[in-house]
Amino acid sequence: MSSTRELPATPAPTASSGIKGKSVRRGDTVFRGLSRIAGIAILLTMSLIALFLVWRSIPSFTVNTANFFTTSEWFPDQTPPVFGIAALAFGTLMTSIIAMILAVPVGIGVALFISHYAHRRMSAILAFSTDLLAAVPSIIFGMWGLEFLTPHMQGLGQWLNDYLGFIPIFRNDLGQYSKSIFIAGVVLAIMILPTISALSREVFTQVPRGNIEASLALGATRWEMVRQAIFPFAKPGMISAAMLGLGRALGETIAVALILSASNSINWHFTEPGGNTFAANIALRWNEAGSTGLSALIASGLVLFIITLVVNVVARGIISRHAEFRGGN
Amino acid sequence: MTISRTSQFAALAMIGALALSACGSDGGGGASGSTIGGQPCVSGEIKASGSSAQKNAMADWINAYQTACTGATINYQANGSGAGVTDFSNGQTAFAGSDSALKDADRPAADARCAKGAAIDIPMVGGAIVLAYNVSGIDKLVLTPDVIAGIFANTITKWNDPAIAAANAGAALPDATIAQFHRSDSSGTTDNFTKFLTATAPSVWTYDKGKDWKAPGGQGAKGSDGVTTSVKSTANSIGYVELSFAQDASLAVASVDNGGGAIEATSANAATTISAATVAGTGNDLALTIDYTTKTGYPIVLVTYEITCEKGLDSAALELTKSFLTYTSSDEGQSKLTENGYVAITGDLLTKVHTSVSAISA
Repeated sequence: MSSTRELPATPAPTASSGIKGKSVRRGDTVFRGLSRIAGIAILLTMSLIALFLVWRSIPSFTVNTANFFTTSEWFPDQTPPVFGIAALAFGTLMTSIIAMILAVPVGIGVALFISHYAHRRMSAILAFSTDLLAAVPSIIFGMWGLEFLTPHMQGLGQWLNDYLGFIPIFRNDLGQYSKSIFIAGVVLAIMILPTISALSREVFTQVPRGNIEASLALGATRWEMVRQAIFPFAKPGMISAAMLGLGRALGETIAVALILSASNSINWHFTEPGGNTFAANIALRWNEAGSTGLSALIASGLVLFIITLVVNVVARGIISRHAEFRGGN
Repeated sequence: MTISRTSQFAALAMIGALALSACGSDGGGGASGSTIGGQPCVSGEIKASGSSAQKNAMADWINAYQTACTGATINYQANGSGAGVTDFSNGQTAFAGSDSALKDADRPAADARCAKGAAIDIPMVGGAIVLAYNVSGIDKLVLTPDVIAGIFANTITKWNDPAIAAANAGAALPDATIAQFHRSDSSGTTDNFTKFLTATAPSVWTYDKGKDWKAPGGQGAKGSDGVTTSVKSTANSIGYVELSFAQDASLAVASVDNGGGAIEATSANAATTISAATVAGTGNDLALTIDYTTKTGYPIVLVTYEITCEKGLDSAALELTKSFLTYTSSDEGQSKLTENGYVAITGDLLTKVHTSVSAISA
């Protein structure tokens, strides 16, 4: 409530003059107009993109001889055309889920350490370096994943197969551990880590001093304070940080295209070579695609567009449901 | 301050050149004195696009042409064969580079783009697809079509498989799993490689031909460079790439035995196969049918074409397009191919190419 008390008690400057409707400050009108145009432009852009995707994907739907949603193969330029998004959706979701499982706890941990545990100077350096990680271009991550990480994941893959092989996702019948969904997921995790940690850090630093001090004054340990005071306050922010990370993971293109073996089949053995994602498939096939091929790729882009939209709407929903926690402010 | 005689002369020459090139661009051709490939230079500006397999050859040719003929500007965008043919059909480019001759489905649009007459395929850049491998202790490897198909169809999975040993008597083949690499992106290389497999080993290779890899197993890598790097960094591996990539990475390449003895994967042996190809097109259209079962040349080859109008190319682009293609098909132009790891067009086929290029007219 302190923030409202700080506001000047004078009435809004336009209130009296606004009745006459003449001498409204020109700046206000112009700014209102500009921001309205900006808002409408976003909506317009979104709907035009959707329209374009639908329009350009229709030709491929009409000639496809297979079920678009349940087919794994992607051969739109052969006669008759056969293509579907099953394997693409599978690969996209699985790489993103692996990335989220790895990156969310670590990212939030990094953010907490920077905001509430680390020494001031240390935290400044750490914050700077995580932000710097976000500035590394994705092709660098792709090349690093391919040239450096892949050979070093051999041992881990082997270990998972030997000791956890009874779980299908860790089993590897081929003895080859490169170019897999698992490696792509790990690289994606590193790529989305800075997004998650930078945003959560912002939220953590906004937790009111009063809440933290009250919790500590009641005898809470630091960990109890984090659970009682920080997490409830920061929950919506953490969720939106995770969702932004997920958005990047879903749409990541070139790093995944370099790493994955790009076989269009659904394989639950995550450490074996294979897998493909929407974005990587578009990057790999666009150049040499014929007219049906281009249209089919745009159709797959439309599906990715819808998935991303749904993810964001769900995230919005979760955030607004938890909005009452902000009441402490 | 005095202006030296030479700089005055240079300024005059510049103005002259500008005036000439201005003539060239709106008149559709005007010689600026120099020659290239045994013909006078043409100035002006043209755009072309298509096959990325031709990219290095085109870059070299354009560089040589523009150095010799200062008034000429040629832009080649390597955006892929499919896009190249589309650009050409839409009238955005003077010619298209393509990994395959015009398909029946694309022909009407390409013909319609030419004001008179039809679009023609002119073979210009040849290539060899080699089987690059990385097996320590094996310097020489001979593979038969059935063995190649078996390796890439995942029916032959060990280096000491009896089928491989039969073709390589005396070689100490290791008891190791073959790490097989193919292209993960759509490519003309995969298209031509699978054409070879369907033609020579139909009983083993049942996955048809096409730009996308369809066989199960193995690992995909992006681009010829991706396959090359993967083969180089993985022990007991094999992959198919264009000759220049294997040469640049100094990888060992396998010889291929089509039943008439092992033939080394060299540019010269590939040229033999290409020059023996039969012309499937009519008139000046030189769409080729390659005999993959040849016993005299290296059999896994590819030919890329320039697609342009025989008659009725817009006057602004006509002279320069014809002059440029005359240069690329000249001995001077074709000799640049071998330097870059491509394969030159030779013999009777080259004579036919010359005839087709000289037939390009208004």
